[in-house]
Amino acid sequence: MERLRWTLHDSWVEAERHLRVIPRNVELLIFATIQPIMFLALFAYVFGGSISIPGFADYDQFLMPGIFSQSLVFGSAFTSIGLAEDLSKGLVDRLRSLPMSRSAVIIGRTISDLVRNLFTFVVMLVVALLLGFRFEGSILDAVAATGLLVLFSYALSWVQAVIGLAVSSVEAANSAGFIWMFPLTFVSSAFVDPSTMPGWLEAVADANPFTVVTNAARALYNGLPVGNDAWLSLFWSVGLIIVFSTLATRRFSRSTSA
Amino acid sequence: MHGVEKRFGETRALDGVDLTVPRGAVYGLLGPNGAGKTTSVKVLTTLIRPDAGAARIDGIDVVADPDAVRHRIGLTGQYAAVDERLTARENLIYVGRLFHLGATESKARARELLERFDLTDAGDRVVKGFSGGMRRRLDIAMSLIARPSVLFLDEPTTGLDPRSRLAMWDVIADLAADGTTVLLTTQYLEEADRLAERIVVIDHGHVIAEGTPDELKARTGGALLNVSIARAENRERAMSVLTPLCSGRVEPVTDDDRSFVAPIVAGDRVVPGVIRALDEAGIDVLDVAVRRPSLDDVFLALTGHIATEEEGE
Ligand SMILES: Nc1ncnc2c1ncn2[C@@H]1O[C@H](COP(=O)(O)OP(=O)(O)OP(=O)(O)O)[C@@H](O)[C@H]1O
Ligand SMILES: [Mg+2]
Repeated sequence: MERLRWTLHDSWVEAERHLRVIPRNVELLIFATIQPIMFLALFAYVFGGSISIPGFADYDQFLMPGIFSQSLVFGSAFTSIGLAEDLSKGLVDRLRSLPMSRSAVIIGRTISDLVRNLFTFVVMLVVALLLGFRFEGSILDAVAATGLLVLFSYALSWVQAVIGLAVSSVEAANSAGFIWMFPLTFVSSAFVDPSTMPGWLEAVADANPFTVVTNAARALYNGLPVGNDAWLSLFWSVGLIIVFSTLATRRFSRSTSA
Repeated sequence: MHGVEKRFGETRALDGVDLTVPRGAVYGLLGPNGAGKTTSVKVLTTLIRPDAGAARIDGIDVVADPDAVRHRIGLTGQYAAVDERLTARENLIYVGRLFHLGATESKARARELLERFDLTDAGDRVVKGFSGGMRRRLDIAMSLIARPSVLFLDEPTTGLDPRSRLAMWDVIADLAADGTTVLLTTQYLEEADRLAERIVVIDHGHVIAEGTPDELKARTGGALLNVSIARAENRERAMSVLTPLCSGRVEPVTDDDRSFVAPIVAGDRVVPGVIRALDEAGIDVLDVAVRRPSLDDVFLALTGHIATEEEGE
């Protein structure tokens, strides 16, 4: 118990260190806000008129949840870059010499990224509503949808943590953290109905956890039946967190800085 | 530490290092690049596990009970361990909280240390704009936040300009006066000479000498005599004339054919005899100098190669 309490305490001290500096970097803040807005507007206006999806009167109602989940997933890349950056500095050596919880360094990082992604998401949601997006289900459904998306993004933060700890430089973290997100988010149900894809690709898209999470959120936002997707995406997220937090913590205790 | 070994692949970074620092003492760990200084510090501060041997801080084994060790030590590593995005004060409070000092105590300690390290004016500025010297002072302040009984300073003045280096020496001398046990590593022989009461010289992962600065200097056999004469063709003769007066071999200087050097027993009043002997042999003297050996000479004598004093980052 005592140990758990200190782990939480240390994690919060770490998270606070990262959160405290976010408002200081105004440029970064502006770009982080503009990017999802741009995404949303571009996709909605460029594709909006040309694509129709069976079961959805309005493509926007189909597309926007997809963009929400994609941008949340992209947001998880902050974790690998941030951790790689921390590791490249002498500060980690100091942290390792302190009587603090080892995992707090990574937990703190993922928590601060979670807060940051949540902020971006709220901005995005407001813009989406201004552009005409509507919650067709209950407000509780919308909250559940948001919760599933954010939880999945948090789970991917842990995947990113392992990447950030495994690579040798910030530049490498930048590419290694991003590159797999394109297939992950495009070979999915985020933008189109997978049944329009070639057979083998459709199979991949259907098995993609990102599809599961996106479908669940989309159904909930639109007040449609979710089926098993809600539970499945919960499973995926929790499973990823368990596996990758174990890997990341183990890796962190072993690695040393330059 | 006793018989500590650490390998990185093929590299034997530490090859059986023995080192004991009494409580309250200031020891210098001296060695060239790659000697194993940082690796020694990392073993003692629980950052890496030794492959063999044991290391204890205040009697506590670093491998068996790292957390207890971490409560007692302060580390200022070779590379500045500060968060550049935070202010100096925030950095201090942050580390204080990770030491579980509590918010109030952390703040009070931060204020105290900012004052002590002459950072009060800069305390609420973001560290990114700090000079090397200010960063280093903050770094040391951060390692003192929980009043450690043992402090490790890995090359505390590498990369500082001469003025900041002098200021840093004062800081370290003050710490020593407070009774903190300090192990500092350095490539600067002058620095070890100035700050440490005892020096441990390491090279290629081995301790090759240990003693007070004066003891180590005595190892080279006293002082060095350096003679320059007017005419190169007389050098051979001058060298043989002086051989009986010196304590070792008289060696010609390679890049100056009118000079030669020889070890002499320090404080023996050799110089008048040298001048008289050369005068009697009819050799004109340009210059006679006696130099107390520096630690560089010690290093040369101990290892057979010159300490490489490359600047770190
Ligand atoms: N993580 C590592 N992986 C591989 N080799 C390493 C590692 N750390 C140190 N070494 C090697 O171990 C040897 C001792 O290194 P160490 O850093 O202890 O030297 P040092 O005395 O601190 O040198 P410097 O003055 O350059 O800081 C060197 O040959 C170095 O290349
Ligand atoms: Mg070193």
